[in-house]
Amino acid sequence: MADAGAGSLHGGDSALSCLPEEQELSQRLRRLYPAVNQEETPLPRSWSPKDKYNYIGLSQGNLRVHYKGHGKNHKDAASVRATHPIPAACGIYYFEVKIVSKGRDGYMGIGLSAQGVNMNRLPGWDKHSYGYHGDDGHSFCSSGTGQPYGPTFTTGDVIGCCVNLINNTCFYTKNGHSLGIAFTDLPLPAMISNQFMELLQEYIQHLFKSNLYPTVGLQTPGEIVDANFGQQPFVFDIEDYMREWRAKIQGTIKRFPIGDRLGEWQAMLQNMVSSYLVHHGYCSTAAAFARITDTTIQEEQTSIKNRQRIQKLVLAGRVGEAIEATQQLYPGLLEHNPNLLFMLKCRQFVEMVNGTDSEVRCFSARSPRSQDSYPGSPNLSPRRGSNNSHVHSTGADSPTCSNGVLSTKIKQSCSKYQALSSSSSSSSSSSPSSVNYSESNSTDSTKSQQHSSTSNQETRHLAFLSFFYLSDSEMEMEAEHYPNGVLENSSTRIMNGTYKHEEILQTDESSMDNCPQRQLCGGNHAATERMIQFGRELQTLSEQLCREYGKNTMHKKMLQDAFSLLAYSDPWNCPVGQQLDPIQREPVCAALNSAILESQNLPKQPPLMLALGQASECLRLMARVGLGSCSFARVDDYLH
Amino acid sequence: MACVLEAPLRMSVLSEVTASSRHYVDRLFDLDPQKVLQGVIDMKNAVIGNNKQKANLIVLGAVPRLLYLLQQETSSTELRTECAVVLGSLAMGTENNVKSLLDCHIIPALLQGLLSPDLKFIEACLRCLRTIFISPVTPEDLLYTDATVISHLMALLSRSRYTQEYICQIFSHCCKGPDHQTILFNHGAVQNIAHLLVSTSYKVRMQALKCFSVLAFENPQVSMTLVNGKHKVLVDGELLPQIFVKMLQRDKPVEMQLTSAKCLTSMCRAGAIRTDDSCIVLKTLPCLVRMCSKERLLEERVEGAETLAYLIETDVELQRIASITDHLIVMLADYFKYPSSVSAITDIKRLDHDLKHAHELRQAAFKLYASLGANDEDIRKKIIETENMMDRIVNGLSESSIKVRLAAVRCLHSLSRSVQQLRTSFQDHAVWKPLMKVLQNAPNEILVVASSTLCNLLLEFSPSKEPILESGAIELLCSLTQSENLALRVNGIWALMNVAFQAEQKIKSDILRGLSTEQLFQLLSDSDVNVLMKTLGLLRNLLSTRPHIDHIMSTHGKQIMQAVTLILEGEHNIEVKEQTLCILANIADGTTAKELIMTNDDILQKIKYYMSHSNAKLQLAAMFCISNLVWNEEEGSQERQDKLRDMGIVDILHKLSQSSDPNLCDKAKTALQQYLA
Repeated sequence: MADAGAGSLHGGDSALSCLPEEQELSQRLRRLYPAVNQEETPLPRSWSPKDKYNYIGLSQGNLRVHYKGHGKNHKDAASVRATHPIPAACGIYYFEVKIVSKGRDGYMGIGLSAQGVNMNRLPGWDKHSYGYHGDDGHSFCSSGTGQPYGPTFTTGDVIGCCVNLINNTCFYTKNGHSLGIAFTDLPLPAMISNQFMELLQEYIQHLFKSNLYPTVGLQTPGEIVDANFGQQPFVFDIEDYMREWRAKIQGTIKRFPIGDRLGEWQAMLQNMVSSYLVHHGYCSTAAAFARITDTTIQEEQTSIKNRQRIQKLVLAGRVGEAIEATQQLYPGLLEHNPNLLFMLKCRQFVEMVNGTDSEVRCFSARSPRSQDSYPGSPNLSPRRGSNNSHVHSTGADSPTCSNGVLSTKIKQSCSKYQALSSSSSSSSSSSPSSVNYSESNSTDSTKSQQHSSTSNQETRHLAFLSFFYLSDSEMEMEAEHYPNGVLENSSTRIMNGTYKHEEILQTDESSMDNCPQRQLCGGNHAATERMIQFGRELQTLSEQLCREYGKNTMHKKMLQDAFSLLAYSDPWNCPVGQQLDPIQREPVCAALNSAILESQNLPKQPPLMLALGQASECLRLMARVGLGSCSFARVDDYLH
Repeated sequence: MACVLEAPLRMSVLSEVTASSRHYVDRLFDLDPQKVLQGVIDMKNAVIGNNKQKANLIVLGAVPRLLYLLQQETSSTELRTECAVVLGSLAMGTENNVKSLLDCHIIPALLQGLLSPDLKFIEACLRCLRTIFISPVTPEDLLYTDATVISHLMALLSRSRYTQEYICQIFSHCCKGPDHQTILFNHGAVQNIAHLLVSTSYKVRMQALKCFSVLAFENPQVSMTLVNGKHKVLVDGELLPQIFVKMLQRDKPVEMQLTSAKCLTSMCRAGAIRTDDSCIVLKTLPCLVRMCSKERLLEERVEGAETLAYLIETDVELQRIASITDHLIVMLADYFKYPSSVSAITDIKRLDHDLKHAHELRQAAFKLYASLGANDEDIRKKIIETENMMDRIVNGLSESSIKVRLAAVRCLHSLSRSVQQLRTSFQDHAVWKPLMKVLQNAPNEILVVASSTLCNLLLEFSPSKEPILESGAIELLCSLTQSENLALRVNGIWALMNVAFQAEQKIKSDILRGLSTEQLFQLLSDSDVNVLMKTLGLLRNLLSTRPHIDHIMSTHGKQIMQAVTLILEGEHNIEVKEQTLCILANIADGTTAKELIMTNDDILQKIKYYMSHSNAKLQLAAMFCISNLVWNEEEGSQERQDKLRDMGIVDILHKLSQSSDPNLCDKAKTALQQYLA
């Protein structure tokens, strides 16, 4: 399976054991069933000591089952179920049972049953119970009389049971050989009807009966069997079987008929790409794309550029400047979104701690980097610092920058936060806003470097977008920066497309991330004082918001987390240090971008991301209602 | 009326087409080479996908001109390439097109073209050659007429992915039988093609794989090399079997799975891979069973079943595994349901398709059933219990298709090895009737299997024995013993041997009469030891129970004694001599027949000789004779005992009674007791 790593998205296993076997099991289960969210639906790992008849004895970590009853007749039959039912998101589920001893008569049954089925019976005899019996080789499908199915089995044999949750069938294996379909009508919702009522009905039925548990039953003394839920490699090549079904389902998706809507389809795809580029502010790429595909862009070029500039500021960790720019370009936006503003301010505080925000940066003896530091280290750039031409004095009023933002205007517009804006304006004007590379008239060599690297980057985007039209794998190429959908309130993160490219360009710098020179606010005393002052203002703002809009636990948490950074001598290596990670700028950046777009009556999310999010959510829903095919059509499979 | 109106209209359209075709041909004769080139290019565009146009151009004589231009050294490479492309396009049409091209000696011209330095031209020639060679009307031998061709093709394999694809495809279609395999093998086919199995092009991988499947088929030399030749063939650090196993994975295209399973099957049957190797047991076999499933295309199911039949034919463990895998035995029953009643009504195209494959499906299923039931009694039972199985076999025996009849007989033969089935289902379904019918005027390959089956049906405990004899089997079997075909002679005499076992006087006489003494002698001097053994077995069965012995010896005594003498004097192996001595022992058991031995000093000396032979089996058999001769309850025993004592037999008996072999010792003592009484 190619996507062993992808499974880790769902991360946590319920069992927090550190035993190596346990780890191996977890690994194997993750590899076999990557689509299963084990926190929501744990996988069977052993037999349940609670869910068994008392003639059953368990040992060896609840994996070995032995019979301890009288075994006189069928009334002495006894079964045990696994700890958990089989989650539908498995798609295909498999376990094996080794017959350690056939005991007196070898009346052993291996199969499945729903919770609540009588345990004083062998699997297969009752409703919602299915089994394959060793003494006669018959299969029992919820009935006391069996059907001829396969060979008999006895001591030394390994019997496997495979549940296919895609077509709701079940087959067994003996010593690694598939014996063919045993049951075709497992009680899982076979098809979801379009009719809502039917869907609901089916769903309710599903809740009641579809959860099947691995089950074994024994009937005569001496019978002993061992289960393998993934602890050991399986005798049967189940992964090969899974490969076949993955190919089948992906083939179905690939061949999904578009029919007469072919033209429409292409227009839609073009629109998706275009809107995505626009959303993230790749304006020249978007323009080139529009030219090639002969489409139009809704948003104006300057508007895109403005957004791009603001985004770059946030991603560079220069949140103060971003706030100013936003207030200047989109007056009233932040006033109407106090939550957003608070989020930005919190981030700004964090960046101050980081030493990245321009308010603290201007105190630094070292020069602010003329280039966005994102996602590089907190502003420690000895290479640039040492040979940079414009060394800043430590004053708050040292505007050396070529095209600073007009501070007076901001003062007017932000009268409400007078104290804040005045200070931020002064600092902002001091910063070299090289982010506007295209307008920059800088002679600094590093600036032009930045310029060329950025345009390189756009060229690259263009390159892969032209590929888009040649290849089937468009989505994969396009969305590679979005490993995790875009559900707004989930913990997923949106990575900006620039991230990876810049990372490549700046490997020399990011390698310094780990160097121990990082200091609070860049190590500058004045900056630290400014930071503490800003913290107080932030506190005031929080209280003010609380009075106006009522308590907000989110705000409280944000503030708490941000302030907690100061409690540690090395904020970068503390329990809340994660906040300092440049990656954390991304959700803030996305939220700001969305708000701006929304204010312009443009979609706050690009349709491409919506489609991805919908696909992810659809799959999640499929898993919940028991449609196994979801496990072989994961969004991740298409995002390489 | 409409028809009348329509006819001239169509005529005019046709003549129009012909006129335009003529124009294309005329342009090939233009003096300006540039115009010729444009003409060829236009012709190329005109013929693509247009069979009528292709036929027209051929009729109008375009082919010789194109070939001329193609071979002409003065033609530009571009023109020559375009000519090859057009010829390739013509070859894509009907079989008649290919025939016309062959008549114009296109193959030597194209092969000559392969010597050109221009890759594009070579590729065009190869593509055309490929199209011609994959046509059923092209004799494969045309590829092998010039020895340098193969080595040149091998060299071209490195040129491009297209040369690789076309050459592999040519090889896999032209490799028929061991001679071709050997030629290709000796030209380094294995080493040259192996690395193509990991080509980035699917088509190249697939054609290379097909090459291996035909190269290895029933060819131990190639198969062994694939696994572990003198110079290990490694591709990307892996042995070929590992590569084949990867190609078996279930998400690979079905065609690829099936073809690599065929490669591994050939290698296994050649002994290059053990039958208990996991790549056979856990990979190849399950893959082939899957190929038999309803989800596969009819062609794939046929090929899958045939390959599986071949894989498991001689290995009982594989037969057992296959028999439990995915309900194979039940799955095969579906092979008999074509054309289905549904397809007949709903879809003519489907009916046609089904009809075309119906025979193939049935024979494949019979073959696989035959392999499955070859050795294991439980599997045979399962097969026979499959719905209408015996009826299907009985029907199969009388089908018009020889392939189906042969496969049905093979299946029946396999099942006839079961004593229980002979007694039950074979009898219930009167299988012998159609079987006897098959035996009339059938081709030899069917006769061999059918007569072998008949052998089993004629076993003493078989209830079919009597009706078969009544329907004239003895005559038929006697005629088989005169066949040129060795297997038929063996089966004929074998069946007669079975018939004679504990048979009544009349049947024995019928056999002797039907066979004639002359033929009996012929068989006793047969060069094949199997025939000889079975003939002796027949004699032994004929000469059992005293009245029968005396009767037969009274009529054929002289000849039989002669034959016996001859064999005992001849150079034969122990088993033959033992069998012959046993015949003598039987004769010695007769009342009057005894005298034939007692009066024949030559024979008596021989018996004496074998009593002291180094082989205990022969000693024992000779002792049986003596024991029968000296048995004292019978008339004239005294004289016989005396005569034998005079010959020194008693001394030998004394010696043997001290033997360490308990059998010999016992027998000698019993014989000596006769003297005492």
